Amino acid sequence: MNGWPALDRFLRTDPQDVGCAQAMEMLHIYAELVAAGEPAEERYPGIAAHLHACGPCGEDFEGLLAALRDAPG
Amino acid sequence: MMPEVAVSASELDAESARWLRAFAAPGAAREAALARLHELLLSIARREVARRGPRLAITGPELDDVAYQAAADALLAITGKVGQFRGESRFTTWAYKFVIFEVSAKIGRHFWRHPAVPLGAEQWEQLPARFGFDPAREAEWRDLAAAVRRAVNIELTPRQREIFVAIVVNGVPLDALVIRLGSNRNAIYKMMFDARRKLRAALAANGYLPDDSARGS
Repeated sequence: MNGWPALDRFLRTDPQDVGCAQAMEMLHIYAELVAAGEPAEERYPGIAAHLHACGPCGEDFEGLLAALRDAPG
Repeated sequence: MMPEVAVSASELDAESARWLRAFAAPGAAREAALARLHELLLSIARREVARRGPRLAITGPELDDVAYQAAADALLAITGKVGQFRGESRFTTWAYKFVIFEVSAKIGRHFWRHPAVPLGAEQWEQLPARFGFDPAREAEWRDLAAAVRRAVNIELTPRQREIFVAIVVNGVPLDALVIRLGSNRNAIYKMMFDARRKLRAALAANGYLPDDSARGS
């Protein structure tokens, strides 16, 4: 991070942001679309906005995506 | 026989349908399916803690404990909620989501074993570093840092302030705060969301950040 712009980015809120509850509810659907190369951000812009802004949900999304890409068996 | 789920077998991919049939099977067949799923969940949990490990103050056997606990609790959650599976993804994707969530929850809980800072503390001197302000250029950001602190004190409700200070000033992970406050991720995020919006509006109104309220941000 680099000071002023980092603070500005952090404080900005996106009205489309659906919040954690809805993002977590839909995460498996969203992650599968992304893993398949589908335009998940266009289909679910509110979830995309949330995953960009929420560290924990973004981390869970990255983890689920990694699981789909590297799943055993 | 299929378990009671919100989707018919014909709508599912073959693998997901096999999992649901196995869940509904009697005795040993169901146990075998649960054992196989647990094995998969444990594998996913281990990969996930390894992926997150470098950024955590958890290593070795403790990381493996987190993975084991996450897999066990995820299996319980899945067996309890399998009736809610609607076939909108593969069954395994839906199941993996639970183990990822459990890993997050366990890591959040683990934070309080060796917290870097007590919950009530306020490490305002750390705030500039959290946003990457260069200590050598303090003259450029000193006023902004003071304005942020002032806005936090004036604009936020006591609960918003408590959460902002814990997460942003003290660096407590959101999932750890959830556990300490007996709350949930959505409620804490919403509180932070409102706090961020208020603080940005105050800082923009005082000329510290660009005022683009007309764009609705």
